[in-house]
Amino acid sequence: MGAGHSHPLYVHAHSPTHRLAPEVKVTATVAFVSAVAVTPREAIWAFAVHAACVATAAAVSHIGPGFVLRRLLVVGPFIAFALLIPFVGSGDRIDVLGVAVSREGLWGAWNVIAKAALGATASILLAATTEVPRILTGMTRLRVPAVLTAIASFMVRYLEIIAGELGRMRTAMAARGYAPRWLWQARPVAISAGALFIRSYERGERVHAAMLARGYTGTMPEIGVPRASGLQWWTAGLLPVVAWTAAVTALVAPA
Amino acid sequence: MHAPDGFLNAGTAVTTGVLSVSAVGASLRHMRTSLADRQVPLAGLAAAFIFAAQMFNFPVAAGTTGHLLGGALAAVLLGPATGAVVVTVVVVVQALAFADGGLTALGYNVLNMAIVTAFGGYGMLVLLRRVLPDNATGVVAATGIAAGLSVPLSAAAFAVEWLFGATVPVPFDTVFGAMVGVHLLIGIGEGLISAIAVGAVLAVRPDLVYGARDLDRAQIAMRPRVGMRPFVIGAALVALLFAAVVSQFAAPDPDGLERVAEDQGFIETAEDHALATAPFADYATEGLRNKSVSLAVAGVTGVIITLVVGLGIVVAVRDRAAGRRPDADRAPRSAGTS
Repeated sequence: MGAGHSHPLYVHAHSPTHRLAPEVKVTATVAFVSAVAVTPREAIWAFAVHAACVATAAAVSHIGPGFVLRRLLVVGPFIAFALLIPFVGSGDRIDVLGVAVSREGLWGAWNVIAKAALGATASILLAATTEVPRILTGMTRLRVPAVLTAIASFMVRYLEIIAGELGRMRTAMAARGYAPRWLWQARPVAISAGALFIRSYERGERVHAAMLARGYTGTMPEIGVPRASGLQWWTAGLLPVVAWTAAVTALVAPA
Repeated sequence: MHAPDGFLNAGTAVTTGVLSVSAVGASLRHMRTSLADRQVPLAGLAAAFIFAAQMFNFPVAAGTTGHLLGGALAAVLLGPATGAVVVTVVVVVQALAFADGGLTALGYNVLNMAIVTAFGGYGMLVLLRRVLPDNATGVVAATGIAAGLSVPLSAAAFAVEWLFGATVPVPFDTVFGAMVGVHLLIGIGEGLISAIAVGAVLAVRPDLVYGARDLDRAQIAMRPRVGMRPFVIGAALVALLFAAVVSQFAAPDPDGLERVAEDQGFIETAEDHALATAPFADYATEGLRNKSVSLAVAGVTGVIITLVVGLGIVVAVRDRAAGRRPDADRAPRSAGTS
């Protein structure tokens, strides 16, 4: 859900991670998160290895644990849901502290919480060390269709403006005494959504005309983001390799 | 909701990922032919609009607020292909830049929130427009219903994925019932806001509404208000539908009082109802052997009797003279006061 998320997570610092080329970071993050996702839930030691990798990455990037924990609130609802599962899940029950909970449910809850937390932390670290336009450049270099990344970069560029227009509409409604509490009073909000769409679309038409006037041929030029060197790939690849080793070991080792 | 990593198993993540990539790829090819080189700035600004629209808080009840999903709205305004791509971009950027939704969960997040809502919403719009009148009101009504249903449709898609790839022992029907039930309520707000928003766009720039591109100016200008008669007919039909059809699925278990009576052992003290031999006793029609038909006939008869009695009471107590006194609301003027 986009509610409340209007400020990307970027933290301005000068760490080695900040200096890495974006395609390296995106690949490393996706590889690490995939390793976490396939790790069998019974291999608790493997999750400890993953957590150590993430902690190392956070330390190298000069990102503090407080920042990460605050941003982890986004997976809060799923953690809450996971905590309920042992009580409502099916399967045979065991006793924990005098309460009968489902054993499958306990494992399932651990699975959800561990993977959600680790995955979200990796995403938070990526977003904290890489500005969004650079993430999109990285994705283009990783062969994501240029159209998609171009659309995404336009979205990011104009999001502040559109959100600002939305804020001004809200202020105007409040200044005219609009204080709705019930769904059927939401008509002005909905009409302003329609008006916002028209303004956004017409702005898009004007931007397109301006781009044509400046010689737009269909692709955006790439400026000033240095490509990754072999050394960058090797250093960034260390953590996903460690994570995958742990995951594969856990998968093939006899239980 | 943006599901986190590991919520569904790896097989489901990969399968939904393949489905999403194929759908988005096909949509991109269609966008290239329909929009040509305008596609990047237009879709980018539309994506910014959808992102901002998801930050729209509209009131739901007693001051609590809800917010839009926007997939069906995007499909009605931009077409299903462009709409799907736009919402996909929003979901992907939310996962990468805001850590909202797992990176390995993008397969099913994109499928549920972008593909299913945009294509499903547009499909329902097309079907509804066939039965609704060909004017602005018809498009607005169709948008409202399609957008309202797209939300529980998305929840049902998630429940189906849960069937194949759940990692926790909660059964499919529990998840299906809970998800679809809650999202039916959320869909009411989404449908209402989408309908009014599309109506607002139709009033100013009807050329921007893809779902109404076949209407000419006269049809767009036609905005008949839904009269009392269609509303009454529609409401009566819904009531009869519930009485005859939905009642067949009623649970046979005893209600609260009966259950407590059975448990506590005083069920035997119950006496037969004074009218236990009446034709429709216990919601079954006497003389009809088939249980479903008997229940349906009893239900329909009940609705008709209630309607007639209720109407009769209202007609009897309404103020007949009110319509004939034009200044009934104005206070009488008294001479001598300023």
